Amino acid sequence: METHTQFPQDSDERGGDAREPVPVDHGCVQLLDPDGVRQEDALYDLFVADLGHAELLALYEDMVVTRRIDTEATALQRQGEIGLWPPSLGQEAAQVGSARVLRRGDFVFTSYREQAVAYCRGVELDQLMAMWRGTALSGWDPFAVGMATPAVIIGAQTLHATGYAMGCQRDGSDAVAVAYFGDGATSQGDVNEALVLAASFQAPVVFFCQNNQYAISEPVGLQAQRPIADRAPGFGVPSMRVDGNDVLAVTAAMRIAVDRARSGGGPTFIEAVTYRMGPHTTSDDPTRYRDESEVVSWRAKDPIARLERLLESEGALDETARAHVASVADAAAARVRAGCLALPAPDPLSLFDEVYATAHPGLERQREEYRSYLAMFDGGAR
Amino acid sequence: MTMLTLSKAINAGLHHALADDDRVLLLGEDIGRLGGVFRVTDGLQAEFGADRVVDMPLAESAIIGAAIGLAFRGFRPVCEIQFDGFIYPGFDQIVAQLAKLHYRTKGAVRMPVTIRVPYGGGIGAVEHHSESPEAYFAHTAGLRVVTCSDPQDAHTMIRQAIACDDPVLFFEPKRRYWTKGEVLDDLPADPLAFTRARTVRAGTDATLVAYGPLVQTALEAAEAAADEGVDLEVIDLRSLAPLDVDAIAASVEKTGRLVITHEAQRSGGIGAELAASITERCFDLLEEAPVRVTGFDTPYPASALEDHFLPDLDRILDGVDRALGRRSSASAAGRAEARPVTGGEGRR
Ligand SMILES: Cc1ncc(C[n+]2csc(CCOP(=O)(O)OP(=O)(O)O)c2C)c(N)n1
Repeated sequence: METHTQFPQDSDERGGDAREPVPVDHGCVQLLDPDGVRQEDALYDLFVADLGHAELLALYEDMVVTRRIDTEATALQRQGEIGLWPPSLGQEAAQVGSARVLRRGDFVFTSYREQAVAYCRGVELDQLMAMWRGTALSGWDPFAVGMATPAVIIGAQTLHATGYAMGCQRDGSDAVAVAYFGDGATSQGDVNEALVLAASFQAPVVFFCQNNQYAISEPVGLQAQRPIADRAPGFGVPSMRVDGNDVLAVTAAMRIAVDRARSGGGPTFIEAVTYRMGPHTTSDDPTRYRDESEVVSWRAKDPIARLERLLESEGALDETARAHVASVADAAAARVRAGCLALPAPDPLSLFDEVYATAHPGLERQREEYRSYLAMFDGGAR
Repeated sequence: MTMLTLSKAINAGLHHALADDDRVLLLGEDIGRLGGVFRVTDGLQAEFGADRVVDMPLAESAIIGAAIGLAFRGFRPVCEIQFDGFIYPGFDQIVAQLAKLHYRTKGAVRMPVTIRVPYGGGIGAVEHHSESPEAYFAHTAGLRVVTCSDPQDAHTMIRQAIACDDPVLFFEPKRRYWTKGEVLDDLPADPLAFTRARTVRAGTDATLVAYGPLVQTALEAAEAAADEGVDLEVIDLRSLAPLDVDAIAASVEKTGRLVITHEAQRSGGIGAELAASITERCFDLLEEAPVRVTGFDTPYPASALEDHFLPDLDRILDGVDRALGRRSSASAAGRAEARPVTGGEGRR
C-alpha cells in the first residue's frame, strides 16, 4: 500500500453544516484563480476553511506526483513498454481534489483516465500499469482500495455506483459511492438512467463529471448544448459547476456532495470544468481537431501552477518543501517504471482462471486440451 | 408436497430465497404491488417490504447495472426482465459487465446476480413478447444460462440459481407458467444440480433433447413415437451454458441418434452448438447426422403464424424420422437433393 494514502477520519473537517441545503449553482465556482489568487465565495469557502498550508501542500504533492506518474507512463508507452496510455495531464485538480475528500470505506467507480484517483485510493503503481501493459484486465483488488475495475465502456460505471449506493442505504452505512465519467459519457443512456435511478431512491452517490472539453475529437458542444450541470436538476439531482482546475473549488464541491450523500441527502452531480491538455490517448492526434492556441490558453489555467503560486505567495513552498515533493514524485516515477517492467507475463493457462466462481466442466476440458497442446512444444515432441 | 403452477413454484422459490438470506433482493418493473405482469412475484413485496422487492424505473440497463453495484456491496440481486424482447437494452450491462467482472478482477469480485426472463412464444402475444434470446447469452463466457420446464424444476432451479456465485440468466418458459405439478421443497445436495441435464424419459432408439417450453412437447412426441414402436430418450437440457455435453454424449452412446429441438432460430443456436459438440465427441457412435428441429431464421412472426414457427409434435416426429434415417416429407426431400438417399425404402 502506498504510504501517501490518507483518508479523512470520522471527524467533520470543515466549517459548514453538511445538512444545510446547498443551492443549485450553475455559475462556475472558482476559489483560486489562474494566478493563484484566492477568490471569495461565501458558501464554498466554508467548506475549505479548515485547509491550512499542510493540507494544501499535501494536495500539491499529490498533483505533482500524479502528473509525474502520467509523464512516466507516457514515456513507457513511447518506448513500447505499454500499449496505450490515456493521459490525465491537466485534470489533476479535478481528480485529486475530489478523491482526497473520500474515506477508506467509500467506493469509487471510474472510467479509464482516473489514474490520479487510483493513486489517491492507494492502488499500487505496478498494479496501475498492469492493465496498460496487458498483463491483467485489471491490476488490483477492488475491495482492497475501494475502487472498482476501470470501465472502458463509456458510462456503464455510473449505474454500478448507483447500485452500490443503494446497497449502502440498505446496510444503514454512511459510506458513499462516486461515479467518475467524462463529458462524452453524459450522452450515454446509462448515465441518464443512473440519474433517474439515483434520484428515485435518493441514493448516496456523487456523479463526478470531468468535462475536459473533448470526447476524443468531439467537442463538448456535440454532447451538450447547455452546461452539463444544467441537466441534473431536471432529473431531480442537484448540481454544481466548478472550475475543475481549481483544487479548492473541487474540494469544496466534493465535500458538499459527499456530506449530503453521507447524511441521507441523496445524490449530487458535479461538473468539473477542466481541460485535457494531452491527447485522448497515446494513439490520438489532437492536432487534427484542435488548435494549439486553445491548448496554450488552457496551459495558462494549469491546476498545479496556480496552487504553486498561492503557496509561494504565502511563503509555504520553500526549497525544502519543493525538493521533498520532487523526490516523492521521482520515487513514484521510478516505481511506475520498475513496477511496470517487472510485471510478470501471466501463465498461459491462467487464461482459463476465474471465468466462473464455480466449476465449469467444458472450460476445464478446454484448459486440458490447451495444456496438452502446449506440452507438445515443451517435451520436444514433434 | 404441494400442487403448484410453474409460476407459483417460482414464487415459492423466490419466497424461500428472500426468507433464507436477507442479502437477496428482487429488482424489476411492476414486481411490487402488481406482483409482476405474470404474477410471479405476487405477494412478495407485501411480505418482505419495498426495500427487498423493489419496483424499478423503466430502464433495463439500470436494473442490471444497479444489480451489479449491489453485488459489489455483497447483495444477491434477482432481476426480473418483464419480457424476453426487453432484455436488449440491458444487453451491454449483462455481456460486457456482469459476465466479466469475476474474470477481470481475478476472482476478487463475485457477481451472484440472477436475471429472470419470461421467454418464448405460444401465447399469442404482440411483437417483442415471444422471443427466445438465450443463444446471445450462451455465447458469453462468464454467464450461466439455464431454463426450467416444470414446476418442480422451476422451484428448485431458481433457488439454486440465486445461491450460485456466478451470474445466471434464468429463462422461464412463459407458456408453461400455468402448468401444474407437484413441488417438494427439498434442495438437492449438489448446488450445481440446476446446471445438469436430466433424463425425463428413458429410451433406446434416439436421443431427443429439448429445453424450456419444448420439453413438454418432446415428451408428447415421445409418447406418439412409442405408439409407432419408436423408443425415444428425452433429455431436458436445463443448462444452455455451460452445456452438459457429457450427459448427452452418454445418451447418444446408447442410442446412436440425436434430435435437438428449440423454439429459437436455428442458426447459431443452442442446437447448433450441441450438434457440433456431440459430433466432435461421438462421431463414430452416430448412425446419422444430428437433426435440429427449431424455429426458423425469421423474426418471431405475428401470432397468427406462430403455430407454423414453433416446433410442434409433428415437426419433432419428422425430425426423429430423419435421425432414424427414414425418408420423410419435406425435410427428406431437402436431404435427397443434397445427398441422394440410397435404398428404395429410406430406412437403412
Ligand atoms: C460505449 C462506448 N462507445 C465508444 C467508446 C470509444 N471511446 C473511448 S473514449 C471515448 C470518448 C469519451 O469521452 P468522455 O466521456 O468525454 O471522456 P474522456 O475520454 O474525455 O475522459 C470514446 C468514444 C467506448 N469506450 N465506449
